[in-house]
Amino acid sequence: MDIKELIIECFSTLTVNKMRTGLAILGIVIGIGSVIALISLGEASQKMVENQIQSLGSNLLTISPGGQANGAVRGAQGGGTTLTLEDALAIESSPTITTIKTVSPEFSKRAQVIMGRNNTNTQIVGAYPTYAEIHKITLSSGVFINMRDVQMMSKVAVIGPQVVIDLFGEGANPIGKMMRTGNQSLKVIGVTTSKGGSGFNNQDDMIYVPLSTAQKQLFGASYLSSISVEAKSQDVMTDAQNQIGYFLLAQHKLSDPAQADFSIMSQNDILNTASSITGTFTTLLSGIAAISLLVGGIGIMNIMLVTVTERTREIGLRKALGAKQKTVILQFLFEAIILTVIGGIIGMILGILISFILSSTMGLPFTISPSAIALAMGVSGIIGVVFGWYPAQKASKLQPIEALRYE
Amino acid sequence: MIQIKDVSKIYKTEMIETVALSHVSFEIKKGEFAAIMGPSGSGKSTLMHILGALDLATSGEYILDGESVSKLTDDELADIRNRKIGFIFQAFNLLPRTTALKNVMLPMVYAGIPKKERLEKAKKYLEMVGLKDRMYHTSNQLSGGQQQRVAIARGLVMNPAILLADEPTGNIASAQAEEVMLLFQKLNNEGHTIIMITHELDIANHAGRIISIRDGEIVGDKVNINSNSKLKFNKTKI
Repeated sequence: MDIKELIIECFSTLTVNKMRTGLAILGIVIGIGSVIALISLGEASQKMVENQIQSLGSNLLTISPGGQANGAVRGAQGGGTTLTLEDALAIESSPTITTIKTVSPEFSKRAQVIMGRNNTNTQIVGAYPTYAEIHKITLSSGVFINMRDVQMMSKVAVIGPQVVIDLFGEGANPIGKMMRTGNQSLKVIGVTTSKGGSGFNNQDDMIYVPLSTAQKQLFGASYLSSISVEAKSQDVMTDAQNQIGYFLLAQHKLSDPAQADFSIMSQNDILNTASSITGTFTTLLSGIAAISLLVGGIGIMNIMLVTVTERTREIGLRKALGAKQKTVILQFLFEAIILTVIGGIIGMILGILISFILSSTMGLPFTISPSAIALAMGVSGIIGVVFGWYPAQKASKLQPIEALRYE
Repeated sequence: MIQIKDVSKIYKTEMIETVALSHVSFEIKKGEFAAIMGPSGSGKSTLMHILGALDLATSGEYILDGESVSKLTDDELADIRNRKIGFIFQAFNLLPRTTALKNVMLPMVYAGIPKKERLEKAKKYLEMVGLKDRMYHTSNQLSGGQQQRVAIARGLVMNPAILLADEPTGNIASAQAEEVMLLFQKLNNEGHTIIMITHELDIANHAGRIISIRDGEIVGDKVNINSNSKLKFNKTKI
């Protein structure tokens, strides 16, 4: 009996026993489909977080005021008042710092903003014109704050699309309109393009005003909440971090780096932190995927083993009619391979389809994880083949009449 | 052609030993038509399975065409079952949910007969057993008698030298049973060796020799004088 005949015989057995074939394929489809969908979804969300952090600006260093060590007491990170506009200007003009492109001094604080009967609590950012460049802010209408606004302490504001919705209503044109915070009125001069962020530090839910206006008119502060610096390239990030660090230590008349009253964080640090968080998330999803793989595997195993009685009789009969051991084993092996290949392909398509639908409804980037596909196909394939082949292997060694009597 | 020498078959379960055949010896010559009769549990089916190379004896020797069957490998046995022996099971043992045609073609698949020839032969034999219009019915769509006839067609399709039939008429009406017996006699006249199990005397009467078995032992072996079989068994020759 040649291989071609054998494969024809396999297909004929599989099509004759539609229910059994269907159930076996279903088990494989579910096992493989769910693993691919879950892992792809995990990777998609990880990628989305990375994209969002990238969109905050590239080659970015953020200098935050650090709690100054005052004897044994150290103040909170970011809560200090040790950074000033002078620091920022000195960094920008310093001849010793050669690796930076742009410096953006920033002061931000949350405040209540009122427009007519609407009000919202949002982040107000006092900014220099360089802010837009460093943080990749683009405008959908109007203009950003310019140097003249900063010098004149103009009461103007550029607002995010979420603020437009909260204060002016969806689709309204707020340019030229006035809004109020505390006892100051601000004139809207621009609206930023949506970046699609969400949650804490949502760039769509911000109001940008000139730095001087924020410091002196709105909040009465003389310090900065952060200084953002864009390095010339990705490669000089570490150099820039060091140059700025030593420069600021000198500027603040500190000799020991351990006493630094500021901290410098790079985009990469943030990215790494966020990645490790989303990595945990992916690990969790992979755990769930592993369980579904196990469940799928047990499903495949069950359907293969449940049919053993019937199949053992079939093997007995085939042997009684002249089938050799090898022929019987090969037939069952091929059947198992055909099942797992068909189930694997359907499962793969289904898994990709599910992750596509889910990622598009959840606004995640669509990714396919080749390792997930390989893992799912491998495990289900092995389970399917082993449990299709092993009982057949055993039954083929019985005397035909024993196999025919098997219960 | 068939020599059974001192064959015993003992089934062992954990606690109980059941002796199905105890020191059975006989010989069947080429072209004989023998009936094995006996009450249920007498060991006649066990004997048939051993004759059909479907099971091995616990002790004793089975010589088929000069070859000791117990010394053959599993695959050599498969070949003998495929080419030399046609076996008609009491329980039919058709492949479930599979058409009559495919069931009859199965032994030829294992013999490596080309597909066209398989199809022709299978159709011919199904026609012979009167199932021309049932060829594409699956085994569960057929009645007991029809399944029996598919099993007979499958047993004959390889044109085996020896035909073993376990209660071949057990599930069919007497008119059809008569037809099957006429078919067997015709095959016997063409030179096939036939051994069948039956518990009906008028069926057994078609055979030229009747072997009676009880409690695993042969209790009677006689020439059937009523037989209309052409080739009579000559006891003096043993």
